[in-house]
Amino acid sequence: MESATVSVQPRRSNASAWGGLLKTNVIWAVVLAIVGYIVAHWLGGKIAGNIAAEQNPGGTDQADIAILLGLFGSIVGWMLGLGFFNYPLKRMLGRPPSLHEGGESGAWRYFRLCTDHKVVAMQYLVATLFFFFVAGLNAMFIRTELTSHNATLFPSGNYLTLVGLHGTMMLTMMSAGVIGPLGNWLVPIMIGARRMAFPRIESLTMWLTVLAGFVLLSATLLGGFPTGWTGYAPLADQARAGIDSYLVSFLLIGISLVLVGLNIIVTVVTLRAPGMSWNRLPIFVWGMVTTSILAVLAAPVLAAALFMVMCDRSIESTFFVSSSGGSPLLWDELFWFFGHPEVYILALPGFGIVLEILPVFARKPLWGYRLAVAGMFGVALMSFMVWQHHLFMSGINANLRPFYMFTTELISIPTGVIFLNGFGTLWKAKIRFTVPMLFCTAFFFNFLIGGLSGVFLSDVTSDVVTHGSFFVMAHFHYTIMGGLVFALMGGIYYWLPKMTGFNLNQTLGKIHFWTMFVFFNLTFFPLFAAGMLGMPRRVSTYNADLHTLNVFVSIMAFCLGLSMIIFIVNLVWSMVFKRERAAENPWHSKSLEWQIPTPVPSYNFEEIPTITGDPYGYGLPEGPVVDFGRRRPAVAAGKAGA
Amino acid sequence: MSPTAAKTSGTVEPRHGRNFAILWAVATAIMVPIIIWVVGPHIPPGSMSDNTRAQHDVDVALTALAMPVLMLVWVFLAYAIKNFRADKTSEAIVDGPPIKGNARIQATWLIVSAVLVVGLAAYGTIDLFVEHGVGGGQGSNPLAKPADAKGALQIQVIGQQWMWTFRYPGYGGVETQTLELPMGRDVEFHVTSLDVVHSFWAIELGVKADAVPGADNVAFVRALRTGSFQVRCDELCGLWHGQMSTTGRVVSSAQFQSWIGATAKRYAGVTKVLPPYSLTYYPPPTRNAT
Amino acid sequence: MRILGVAATLAALVALVAVYVVYFLEASPATVSTAVMNSDGSANLTLQVVGAYGKHPFPDWVSYLVKDTSGEWRHTTIWKLPAHTLVHVTVYQFDSQTGLRNNFLAQVRGTVGGTATYTDTGNTGKGSGLPVYNNTALSVLPPAEPAHTFTVPGIDLSVPLVGISNATENVCGVAPCSMKYAHTTIAFSFRTPGAGSYRWQCFVPCAFAFLYGFGGPMQTVGYMDGLLDVT
Repeated sequence: MESATVSVQPRRSNASAWGGLLKTNVIWAVVLAIVGYIVAHWLGGKIAGNIAAEQNPGGTDQADIAILLGLFGSIVGWMLGLGFFNYPLKRMLGRPPSLHEGGESGAWRYFRLCTDHKVVAMQYLVATLFFFFVAGLNAMFIRTELTSHNATLFPSGNYLTLVGLHGTMMLTMMSAGVIGPLGNWLVPIMIGARRMAFPRIESLTMWLTVLAGFVLLSATLLGGFPTGWTGYAPLADQARAGIDSYLVSFLLIGISLVLVGLNIIVTVVTLRAPGMSWNRLPIFVWGMVTTSILAVLAAPVLAAALFMVMCDRSIESTFFVSSSGGSPLLWDELFWFFGHPEVYILALPGFGIVLEILPVFARKPLWGYRLAVAGMFGVALMSFMVWQHHLFMSGINANLRPFYMFTTELISIPTGVIFLNGFGTLWKAKIRFTVPMLFCTAFFFNFLIGGLSGVFLSDVTSDVVTHGSFFVMAHFHYTIMGGLVFALMGGIYYWLPKMTGFNLNQTLGKIHFWTMFVFFNLTFFPLFAAGMLGMPRRVSTYNADLHTLNVFVSIMAFCLGLSMIIFIVNLVWSMVFKRERAAENPWHSKSLEWQIPTPVPSYNFEEIPTITGDPYGYGLPEGPVVDFGRRRPAVAAGKAGA
Repeated sequence: MSPTAAKTSGTVEPRHGRNFAILWAVATAIMVPIIIWVVGPHIPPGSMSDNTRAQHDVDVALTALAMPVLMLVWVFLAYAIKNFRADKTSEAIVDGPPIKGNARIQATWLIVSAVLVVGLAAYGTIDLFVEHGVGGGQGSNPLAKPADAKGALQIQVIGQQWMWTFRYPGYGGVETQTLELPMGRDVEFHVTSLDVVHSFWAIELGVKADAVPGADNVAFVRALRTGSFQVRCDELCGLWHGQMSTTGRVVSSAQFQSWIGATAKRYAGVTKVLPPYSLTYYPPPTRNAT
Repeated sequence: MRILGVAATLAALVALVAVYVVYFLEASPATVSTAVMNSDGSANLTLQVVGAYGKHPFPDWVSYLVKDTSGEWRHTTIWKLPAHTLVHVTVYQFDSQTGLRNNFLAQVRGTVGGTATYTDTGNTGKGSGLPVYNNTALSVLPPAEPAHTFTVPGIDLSVPLVGISNATENVCGVAPCSMKYAHTTIAFSFRTPGAGSYRWQCFVPCAFAFLYGFGGPMQTVGYMDGLLDVT
């Protein structure tokens, strides 16, 4: 149990930079990962040498057993290099546990296993943003190829790998995109705790995510993979070794999702401060909790399906080979049973961010708090009951289609509730359109179009036209990019001053917002038409009629990329060069995370606070959410009423 | 609702609820007819078959139904941006009224959306069955069949990496690489694959059915006009997935008969060596090539 | 100091992206001119198909090779051909039989006369019951005999290429193969269409160790798939 007060001792700075180099850190992780790969690959060749020789006498790239074992070896090396085995090994050797892994201060802590949840969150932010931009760059290449209606720029096989890399990296990294940086940073502070329930696991999820990104990129060295992010078997069984990278990378993400979900649920259930009852919990935390429930329940199914493909490829099982008794539809079912909750893992954090930020800038309480929570749980629950809508044309039992059409349309009800909450909050409000507020408003605009196009897709008749076409592409880009990424941007602009202690330039932020919003819509709205006019997904050859439309979309996409560059420039300029100190509560929020000093001390609160109300007390004469007792007066956050 | 705003400031609080509702009603009244009569006819996929006509009608209906929802959000956002802004002239942060919820509005919203959803689902289901599956692949036991299913022309669509071939069981099991069908007759497609998952998408016919190896996926169509249509693969199947396309033709019954006769004759030599017609095939190698 | 750090990071990232584009995205076999023109305006195209490429990086992958205009065997499958020209194709086929996955492809389609001419050379499997071809013109090959096909779906050209007997001992293992190894010769002619890029592929599932024989070389441009660059 946490002690109510903590004695503040000056922390010993962790020696010099060279000292930091010698302890476990990411550089060791990279070295040991490579060593691990080589050792395990060699071992795999020895173990399965006979099978391998039978399969590939001349040394093709199909030494799947060796490659898969090698990738698993690199996972072990990576974890070893970062020091994740130190605690279990120490305990096994009978040494007493230390409360810190060492290296809790100094710049090196950002490059190693650190148990401070705020450091992990910053590491997550850098990692997910890095991979987001890498995947975005791939998207720019895709759009470049699509300016010509024949496959002229990139050879077809490489184009497919490009598409697969973009999709897989975006989905895996954005699944962690909110829950990683913002979830890990905010959840303990918002509930009044000093840490997450499992700090080491928290760090593990972050480092596994980084490894997953690099493993995925290693597919380019192994011949690429032709399946796109959905990894349909039996094409996955047939592919070259690059798909082993995809399988292991996705597996790592799946494990990471389960662990981060577990961590958040346990933290919220057990570590809430006194007075933080369930109906005072910030809506962002509810968003994280519902996302975590989905992650914990859905990701293991993905892991199982990925293992089955690995078995098919290495030990010649036939899970998905119909001529030997398996079924490709099995992969479809297993993958989409995970895949549909996965897209709600992406959407729910967006809801959480938007509903959390809206009250601050509308200066009104969150309208319909209980309904919002119920809506999130409704979405989470129902997301497990709709996955067959991805399989309407696959030859599933025709009895199932009306049922899943119904459940898919039903899920629009809890999703609509979020809109109702947002609008109720904006009703008769006193809105200040700061940069975060702009992004949150755009969220509603974008997600509406995404959601309505989802209704089209849920209707089986309409789905016959649009399944597997660019209409689906536009739909999910509107919901995921227009929804989640816009909310994430809003969240970054909102919380980064608190997380880093430095302000982001608001003028650049507004330019970033407007360019991103305009060009995002101009890029993806025409794609609804492209889909209905017969352009399938993942092709670089399309009907010449659609050439002008595609060229227009590509140009708009390049402009969208430019808006991202404006964002990067803003980040680098504000965080590296300008470094303008942020005020403690620049947005005048009444929420708990804004009542503590900036930069936030490593122990979060000098004294565990007693919560006296929910964080949306705008318009009411009370002060903010927390009573810090005699130690520190709560910061007044604006006049109440008219 | 907080009455403080009107009383203390001395100005009359505009009746936002009524104003918003009027604006919304007007916007909806403008947009719905535009969708139905102006935009509607241009919505794909055309009218070459009974499938595409049904698909078109559903799309127009869904778009028209989407208009009230779209207008609700757009009008609300515009209204809020215009009327609910903080006073930019003063630096002080002024709070709005502390409204935490309204049970009646929540209940109304939930009930209306539930009714909408149930109605949409019912409409979709009825439409699906009335229009014999609207060209979507229904698996090996289709529920929604055309009235005279027994008399339908059977065409097997075989997908393989990376081309489409078509077998006509009623004409000696002849296999061709070009697809022709007669106008005005029910056609029953049996879609299967020899290797990985493909998807048979006859765009202007409105037929889409995944080609799953070892499975038979049935889809129906009745072409209403002659002409040509594109056939593309709609499920990523490897290197030349994007180039796995062909052009099919709908011709008159007489032209179809003469074409199929000529084709059977031209391919008589290879028809002899084809495996017997079956709904699924497992040609060797049945697993890894040796 | 910070400017240096940011600039260095930016330079490193740009370099990485350049490597990614050049060595991965744009990696493709070379496009070669292959048509040797004849005096009557027609062109000759000479190909060989080998059972094992024999060299790095994929020594046991099957592959096509082409003779370029200077007479050298090149390992590429992207071939330049003149438009609207009658092309006489000679294929030297060094790989053993696999058989077709879809027997429809046993038919010769799209050639002049609807046939192709088949010849066995140095095929010591004479006791194996294999028919001996000697300039035999066929329009349908027995489905078990092809080692590969040469199929250009865009112009509806498809020619099954008969394989050498599985009992043959004189098998070539390293490309390019010389005529002293057992091989079959297939000759046919077709007319090239207008300018454009037409994909071609093999339809025999001969990719050793891949599912249904269609992975690896069968899905890689430069081995069993390619483009006709018609200009």
